[in-house]
Amino acid sequence: MTSQDPVTPARHVREMLLGSDAVAHGVRLCRPAVVSAYPITPQTHIIETLSEMVDRGELPAEFIKVESEMSAIAACLGAVSAGVRAFTATSSQGLAMMHEILHWVAGARLPLVMVNANRALGAPWNIWADQSDSLSQRDTGWLQLYGETAQEALDGVIIAYRVTEALRVPVMVMLDGFIGSHTMEPLFIPDPGLVDDYLPPYTPVDYLDPDNPLTLCAATAPDSFYELKKGHARAMERAFDVLDKTFAEFGDRFGRRYAAVETAGTDDAEILVLSTGALTGTVRVALDRLRRQGVPAGLLKLRLVRPFPRWQLRHLLTGRRRVIVLNRAVSYGAGGILTQELRAACCGMADAPAIHDVIVSLGGKEVYPETIEEIVVRADELSPDESVWRP
Amino acid sequence: MLWNVTTAEYLNSGHMACPGCGASLSMRHALKVLGEETIVVLPACCWSIIAGGFPTTALSVPLLHVPFATAAACASGVRRALLSRGREEVTVMAWAGDGGTFDIGLQALSGAAERREDFLYVCYDNEAYMNTGIQQSSATPAGAWTTTTPAGKEFAYGKKDILEILRAHRPAYLVTATIACPEDFLAKFAAARKRRGFRFIHLLSPCPPGWKIDSRDSLAVTRLAVDSGVFPLVEMDDGGRLRLTCEPAHPVPVADYLRAQGRFRTVRDEDLEPLQRRVDERLESFR
Repeated sequence: MTSQDPVTPARHVREMLLGSDAVAHGVRLCRPAVVSAYPITPQTHIIETLSEMVDRGELPAEFIKVESEMSAIAACLGAVSAGVRAFTATSSQGLAMMHEILHWVAGARLPLVMVNANRALGAPWNIWADQSDSLSQRDTGWLQLYGETAQEALDGVIIAYRVTEALRVPVMVMLDGFIGSHTMEPLFIPDPGLVDDYLPPYTPVDYLDPDNPLTLCAATAPDSFYELKKGHARAMERAFDVLDKTFAEFGDRFGRRYAAVETAGTDDAEILVLSTGALTGTVRVALDRLRRQGVPAGLLKLRLVRPFPRWQLRHLLTGRRRVIVLNRAVSYGAGGILTQELRAACCGMADAPAIHDVIVSLGGKEVYPETIEEIVVRADELSPDESVWRP
Repeated sequence: MLWNVTTAEYLNSGHMACPGCGASLSMRHALKVLGEETIVVLPACCWSIIAGGFPTTALSVPLLHVPFATAAACASGVRRALLSRGREEVTVMAWAGDGGTFDIGLQALSGAAERREDFLYVCYDNEAYMNTGIQQSSATPAGAWTTTTPAGKEFAYGKKDILEILRAHRPAYLVTATIACPEDFLAKFAAARKRRGFRFIHLLSPCPPGWKIDSRDSLAVTRLAVDSGVFPLVEMDDGGRLRLTCEPAHPVPVADYLRAQGRFRTVRDEDLEPLQRRVDERLESFR
């Protein structure tokens, strides 16, 4: 063990695992009663590993091997409506195929956790990292949590169950396809008892039970419908507070501290770089090099995209000159999706920094530290009005 | 046979079905047989309306409304959740129209049948998208008028053979029934309740506005479907063969069934003979 190796915290084991396997361990520790899934690259390893865990009896769950992603999420809809904790995972085209049911699950206020391995949507076919899949589902009413590392994906699943069961808003946990899902990392895997203490057994409310018959999701007239949607929107607003507390308690028990927006080197930085997912690792290297060259640029790592942490971001942007938003997803005709989100968050802010929209990668286009360095160094030349596409 | 049908009601008065609707009558009697330990999973169909709008409900058993294509997948999830909760005795019934079964829900249905999911899938087939105002589905029979087959459905298409599709999946139980023949209907729901594994009941369910019949005639017309052989009452035997459970009680020509309904008004007399032959051959294959 070198001096840089972190010490394994109490009640954890250390293992070298793929990101997908890290997710599977996170799921196992949360003890879902029903897992329903359909294979899709690069998510497939997650459900393969879960299948093996179920087969070996390590995860005593009903595993439904469905015939499509629409049925994968629909089976979860049925399972959670019948009063149990459930899980599914998908990616890309599969997530798009779930679209209608994502709305239904959220509208029904069902607590459900899904992992999405971020991957491009065709055409043309492309299986590599891209956030177009999950960001194009941002209006479905799910909470969206993005992660930089496999550890964040594992921990994110555990945190997600706490959050979804507190708010009755479903949670989508993202890790990048291949960069996150198919890369081995040293991981801290918590003991089951540690997770059990943090995440108690699921107690359903308003579920399908012949002893207390209820009709769920019946046709609803406009005024009642509006009230239900208002309740959903307010739950999303409560999510900031719930997530902060859940992160804090997780930090106390597990020793790993997370936040909706994480920062590095922002204290003296006039320029900030906003990043999500595994790309953040590359940004860290680039910003370290720039700092050594006397360019103090800071990192904003966005973990939460829905609800969008607008007040926190406005606070962090106060007094800065520029913020460069690195996008792995485009809304064609409107620019990078995260840039649009940030611009909307900063609307009306006095002395808002210039917001630069950079389409840094789509479909897994490689991003090198030099790519980031060059963008930051030449930031003064960037127009705040035009999207920057790499040559 | 004398039937001891419970006086308990699980479908309450005040539901939203049209007069003469076969779907409400079918649900009422299905639940009388299945009892209160039943959970209903309901995709988009006429029953999404019949069940009533929030905060009312017509059913006094648990009911889950689900998106159109997902009845069989949602029912799978409900069943597996009940297994893990130790509530195996509860009957899970997916209850879908022909659109949700023959068309948009077919993939999920096939998946659930292949997995041998332990629930009962009931298709109440009124032979078109009646809830959206009578558009043709793949269950619409040849010659039938709908708003999207204004000249009658082409004879080249006919009705999709859902029974053969299901039979190929080798379900635990596979029957046709109609509430117009209630003794057969009740016996089949009673048998379905006792079985485990994937069970499928195909109901012919009259729709007075869609079939262009008087609401008071809906059961009489549906009985003609059975007596003419257009809708044979069958059951899959242990060898995987579909066999008649009742011979037509009062055999009549196919023309009598078609001419009793406004939706077949564009069917010409010369079309009747090949139709009759097709019906006779199919009926014979079940003997």
